[in-house]
Amino acid sequence: MSRLGALLARETALAWGRGGGPLVSVGFYAGVATLLPLAIGPEAERLAAVAPGAAWVALALASLLSLDRLFERDYEDGALDHLTLSPVPLELTCAVKCAGQWLATGAPLALAAPVAAIALGAPLALTPLIFVCALVGGLAFAFTGGIGAALSLGARRGGLLTAVIVLPLFVPPVIFGGGALAAFAGGLPWAPGLALLCAYGAAAVALGPLAMAAACRNALS
Amino acid sequence: MIERLELRGVGVRRGGRRLFSGLSMTLGAGEACALTGANGAGKTSLLRAVAGLVGLEAGEIAFGAAEASEARGAGLHLIGHQDGLKPARTTREELDFWSVWSGGTAASAEEAAKALDLVALLDLEVRRLSAGQRRRLALARLLAAPRLLWLLDEPLSPLDAGWRSRFGAMMQAHLAGGGLILAAVHDPLPIDAKVLEIGA
Repeated sequence: MSRLGALLARETALAWGRGGGPLVSVGFYAGVATLLPLAIGPEAERLAAVAPGAAWVALALASLLSLDRLFERDYEDGALDHLTLSPVPLELTCAVKCAGQWLATGAPLALAAPVAAIALGAPLALTPLIFVCALVGGLAFAFTGGIGAALSLGARRGGLLTAVIVLPLFVPPVIFGGGALAAFAGGLPWAPGLALLCAYGAAAVALGPLAMAAACRNALS
Repeated sequence: MIERLELRGVGVRRGGRRLFSGLSMTLGAGEACALTGANGAGKTSLLRAVAGLVGLEAGEIAFGAAEASEARGAGLHLIGHQDGLKPARTTREELDFWSVWSGGTAASAEEAAKALDLVALLDLEVRRLSAGQRRRLALARLLAAPRLLWLLDEPLSPLDAGWRSRFGAMMQAHLAGGGLILAAVHDPLPIDAKVLEIGA
């Protein structure tokens, strides 16, 4: 237990500093949210209609930013070797790494998401749902993203490869989360969308580490 | 508990090239072995194969009565060129984390820091350490979390003469306590050790 606690502290600290950590992710997110009205036009009704969806897509893109270094740095400097030489199964190690990634970037982004959505003109009542969707969605983004990061280990320009591998895996949470937000804004039942998002997040947490550990073993051998 | 390390007809292939084959050796408790061979002969690959990080083309590696996964998870240390230390973290953070991760405690990490004379460096970032100091930090793991089998990849190279002999004494103490050492070296080890030449 103390091992996993120490690993989570290390991973969160490393993710916090990795490429600027939460500040860069949140800054990127704010940048995308600011660009949208410039492209779509400043009419309030048009913006309000796309605000929740736009905030949600920007969130998925911002989650990609620091993902490529999740395993790459440990792989390059040999830390991944040492992490495997432990009684802790590599699957659990990978899961804790993703949890650290989520704490350092997913959680700050979940705090920023409602702010951006409201700035774009989304109704104030949407705030709690956006926060919950961003929190759960961030977990799904971190754990599916970890698969892409592990698969692209050792590849040149691994960051781009990670994005290409990961974006299709981001499709379901984007659909479920965006659907829940649109349903809420339209006065329709939003619970099924949120439930599906939670289910996808749970599946990613359960299955992602298996794929990541297999990819890491493959890269090391 | 690892009381012996056995290589039976071990062969390793890397990148489509056979590095070595038919390598056999037995290392018992309290014994050390120096791996020698030209650059690229496969010394590092053999150490990584013993640690289970590289697959074997032929043969087998056994750890006496211990299960291989158990031995690799809790019975051996691998100290190589890639030390896994993060330049932006402090010496203390790295030492404490790796100590706990390898099964030691904060107290054992402090003992190790004293033994390797790292106490004055604990608050420095790893990037500020010299090559020799950084190697001492990597070696501190050996003492912070006691494990019987030490796999060392050129442990002496960045160390000065004084530290070479001090580390020799540490290896001697480890062997006296029933430990095993397999070390890839170019210079002779400062302890009594049998020699296994790869690619001879």
